[in-house]
Amino acid sequence: MSVPLQSRFLKAALDPVAPVPEGLVTPDGRPAEKRFNVYRNNIVVGLKDALAQGFPATQSLVGDQFFAALSGAYLRAHPPSDPRLPLYGESFAAFIEGFEPTRQIPYLPDVARLEYRLRQSYHAADSTPMAQGALYDPLLFSRAVRLAPSLMWMRSRYPVTAIRAFALGGDAPKGGAEDVVITRPAYDPVATTFPSGTAQVLDALSDGVALEDAIELAPAGLDLTRFLRALLDGGAITDIEETQHVRHAS
Amino acid sequence: MLDRINTLPLGAGVGYKPEHFSNISEGEHPVEWLEIHAENHMGAGGRPLAQLRALAERFPISVHGVGLSIGGEGPLNTDHLARLKDLIGWLNPASFSEHLAWSSHNAGFFNDLLPLPYTEASLARICRHIDQVQDALGRRMLLENPSSYLAFAESTLGEVEFLREITKRTGCGLLLDVNNVFVSATNLKLDAYEYIDAFPHEAVGEIHLGGHAEDEDEDGAPLLIDSHGNEVADPVWRLYTYTIATGGPKPTLIEWDTDVPAWPVLAAEAARAAERLSKVPV
Repeated sequence: MSVPLQSRFLKAALDPVAPVPEGLVTPDGRPAEKRFNVYRNNIVVGLKDALAQGFPATQSLVGDQFFAALSGAYLRAHPPSDPRLPLYGESFAAFIEGFEPTRQIPYLPDVARLEYRLRQSYHAADSTPMAQGALYDPLLFSRAVRLAPSLMWMRSRYPVTAIRAFALGGDAPKGGAEDVVITRPAYDPVATTFPSGTAQVLDALSDGVALEDAIELAPAGLDLTRFLRALLDGGAITDIEETQHVRHAS
Repeated sequence: MLDRINTLPLGAGVGYKPEHFSNISEGEHPVEWLEIHAENHMGAGGRPLAQLRALAERFPISVHGVGLSIGGEGPLNTDHLARLKDLIGWLNPASFSEHLAWSSHNAGFFNDLLPLPYTEASLARICRHIDQVQDALGRRMLLENPSSYLAFAESTLGEVEFLREITKRTGCGLLLDVNNVFVSATNLKLDAYEYIDAFPHEAVGEIHLGGHAEDEDEDGAPLLIDSHGNEVADPVWRLYTYTIATGGPKPTLIEWDTDVPAWPVLAAEAARAAERLSKVPV
């Protein structure tokens, strides 16, 4: 026997038209066709369900039937890399980008990306936010800050948060490109939208640039008070670094 | 290693579902213990871990793994084993169990409990894996009998014989899933009561009960699917009653993983198990 049994088993299980691997039999010793389909079905349906649960807005935008085909193609190309199913789908957005049949829906990868970021935030490590008074601490501006592991951000050429909300039953989306900041005040992530370019400020903060330098990078339309409020109310800043040495924005 | 197989109470528990968190917290229709799937609590933080910490303060917890792939042909995933060690370390659960099955291959995880032939070679491999798990975790584990839909022409050992030999060689305990016994016996045309008679009950640390779905194979033979999506079937309750009469009362879990019902329905299933348990002398 050259190819190990489990390789043959999986290859056949992931291919709906492959014959049942040799040696898998009914109690009467005949090839176990329909019985093998139980495993085939369990694998594919289990992973599709996990993707549907993790990407409900993406599913809603393309419809159940199309999503089944999309998720089926994805799970065959990219099965989970480890058994933590709640984290499955990290590369789904990138996969959708390269998936020919969804080219007509250019914003779809961003919706999937937003859903995954929300999920990452949901499962991220807990952290203790700075007290509300920190907004008036001058050191907040002159030193590097520590960001909560649950803080996520992304850029989109589309009004991606509104598209997601629409897909989940909200109003028709309006607007254009935006940057999205995800905070997790307690256990439920919150997505807040800001003008394009805002993500640069967070990129800089995560690189250790002081807040006063980082906000130099903010786009003209950014309401700084609203931005800082979103970070502080969302528990996204957990501490001020003790040393004064900070990197400068480049 | 601990002398006893685990420290679960000799009562009924249920598989924990997040949608039941507030019912359980409010003490509505209480159960004696809870079982969690290890892989659902391996994130870095957030609500899943906060809820688990809160529940662990009030209930004995059984950690049930679905991702170690103990029956895999390749080596165990040591990253996953390390994550499990971390979870078991901070939670210090009353029990840890896994499956006689495989679910990972090369770098992929396939989210199903896949079957394996029972041979001397697979026996040796599984015993090596269980030794590795028990050494890493510093505790005895329970191994669960699978649901089978088909047989392997190359098998040379029966399932009970296979499991008995594993407990002998590794010292691990067993998780006896009575629904799986019924499903496998029906699908493979075996006698479920003979299976229970032959089972090494002294090694059993926990019993599982769950619902199954009914189908037929292409020849019209019954094909039961271990779906965990409905009430425990009457013949499975009868087999359970026989099992605890034969092997003694054991901590018993109701598993309901798909089409999860409202809490009172699940709690009522647990109460049915508790009632049967209470009638068996310890």
